[in-house]
Amino acid sequence: MNTVFSIQTQGLTKKFGAFVAVDHIDVEVKRGEIYGFLGANGAGKTTAIRMLCGLLQPSSGAGTVAGFDILRETAKIRTRIGYMSQKFSLYPDLDVRENLALYMELYGIPKHSIEDQFTSAVERTGITEILDRRTGELPWGWQQKLSLACATAHIPEILFLDEPTGSVDPLSRRAFWDLIRAEAARGTTIFVTTHYMDEAEYCHRACFLVDGKVADLGTPPELKERHNVASLQEVFLAVAKQARRS
Amino acid sequence: MQNAAIYIDGLTHNHAGEHALRGVSFSVQPGSLFGLIGADGAGKSTLFRILSTLLTPQSGHAEILGLDAHKQSKEIRRIIGYMPQKFSLYGDLTVFENLKFAARIVDINEKELPHTIQDLLAFSRLEPAQNRQAAKLSGGMKQKLALCCAMIRKPSILLLDEPTVGVDPVTRKDFWNMLAQLKARGCTTLVSTPYMDEAELCDQVALVHQGQLIGQGTPQELCAKLPGTLWKIQGYTSLHFAIHATPPQGILCLYPMGGDLHALAPQGMESAEVLSLVQTCCPKATKIQQANVRIEDVLLQALQAAEANS
Repeated sequence: MNTVFSIQTQGLTKKFGAFVAVDHIDVEVKRGEIYGFLGANGAGKTTAIRMLCGLLQPSSGAGTVAGFDILRETAKIRTRIGYMSQKFSLYPDLDVRENLALYMELYGIPKHSIEDQFTSAVERTGITEILDRRTGELPWGWQQKLSLACATAHIPEILFLDEPTGSVDPLSRRAFWDLIRAEAARGTTIFVTTHYMDEAEYCHRACFLVDGKVADLGTPPELKERHNVASLQEVFLAVAKQARRS
Repeated sequence: MQNAAIYIDGLTHNHAGEHALRGVSFSVQPGSLFGLIGADGAGKSTLFRILSTLLTPQSGHAEILGLDAHKQSKEIRRIIGYMPQKFSLYGDLTVFENLKFAARIVDINEKELPHTIQDLLAFSRLEPAQNRQAAKLSGGMKQKLALCCAMIRKPSILLLDEPTVGVDPVTRKDFWNMLAQLKARGCTTLVSTPYMDEAELCDQVALVHQGQLIGQGTPQELCAKLPGTLWKIQGYTSLHFAIHATPPQGILCLYPMGGDLHALAPQGMESAEVLSLVQTCCPKATKIQQANVRIEDVLLQALQAAEANS
């Protein structure tokens, strides 16, 4: 197994008919890295993530995730990754404890370690006080924490976050990023998409996707220097000018 | 109240399943762009639901162009355009058909319809996509189409509840250019947003917290009122700072802002002192300079202060 990279792709491509959603992307994400995957709506981010998670067969190209082949070993990949998006699927009529327990069962966590991992997930995300509350009645911020607990209870090697902070105020977004940083500090690789460019600044490296191709890649300071601007928001606007498709 | 486009007085609503409002009062001047910001669950959407006459407040008063939101709901619905957070488009219908459908619901003049739709398509630059199914639009295009549907009756008041969530920076810029054009035509807009750069484009901004207004003013006024001096600290890495860590004694607020750290310190404290205090928790911080206050700083300070008091 590759010990340096959690995710590696070569020429990863997805076509839908004549439309090339993802166009020969080479991605290398280091173990324990927070990797920002940025781009306009429709640039191909979600399609790429779906291929990496083993949910969508690539049209061509190759890649490994957690050391497993994304073409042939998707079942193994799925047990080693966590996934969370803005539109997370929690069961509103179950209480918090039941939701988390359900996810743990779905991920096939062995019976003997369920209790420990449950406690650990609850403590890491700080949801002890809401365990007996009905999920549907919780404020969004709490549901977001529960969602993160569900996505990480099986201690994934890689956590995919697809716009995890949708409609959240600046304070709660920072609090959520504290949790993300703590996950990364434990050695989890974080692959994250966001439309908040201040969040992109929290990534070790950020990759900009334009029309399905990698348009730029670097650490936030490198990117800002290369485009001679003060923020990643301006980098985004500069890079997006290359876009041809809408 | 006379002259206000939207007038709200002591609005209170406390009902299971809705985020509460506890005595909210403000007014929106005709032709202005008024922004609502605040934490999730602050009551912003409840306010929109009351103004759009979908919800009857338990007490207090809401008026739109002098019409009572409770007693004159029919009249109000004719003059407002409302875009809820979860809007509905018909995925199987094309862009053009969605607009036509929205028009028929509100019963606009059939003769004017083609002209109105063409206007909106040109305005939103959705013309090239007019025959595309709504389900096949990108996220940003769907938001634009939803805005066009809300505008089909050429409303004089627009109520937009987080219209740009999940939209990339380029499309958000387009969307706000559309709002600026509407303002130029005299339209009054009340809009909520989680993006603080958007709040800065509003004429007036109100901060809502737990059902109450905790601040209001022009963006410049709100920034000027920040209680202390704001410093930007560089040379540290934002990867290692936790928002809920208690700031060092003497510093009022400390939080990551993009790639830097912002520290709010009492007025008059020297930069060297601020830096040495910050270094007690972020040893790598090396460079300090005074920062421009932005609405994001204003809201963060207000929310942290409110959290500390509760």
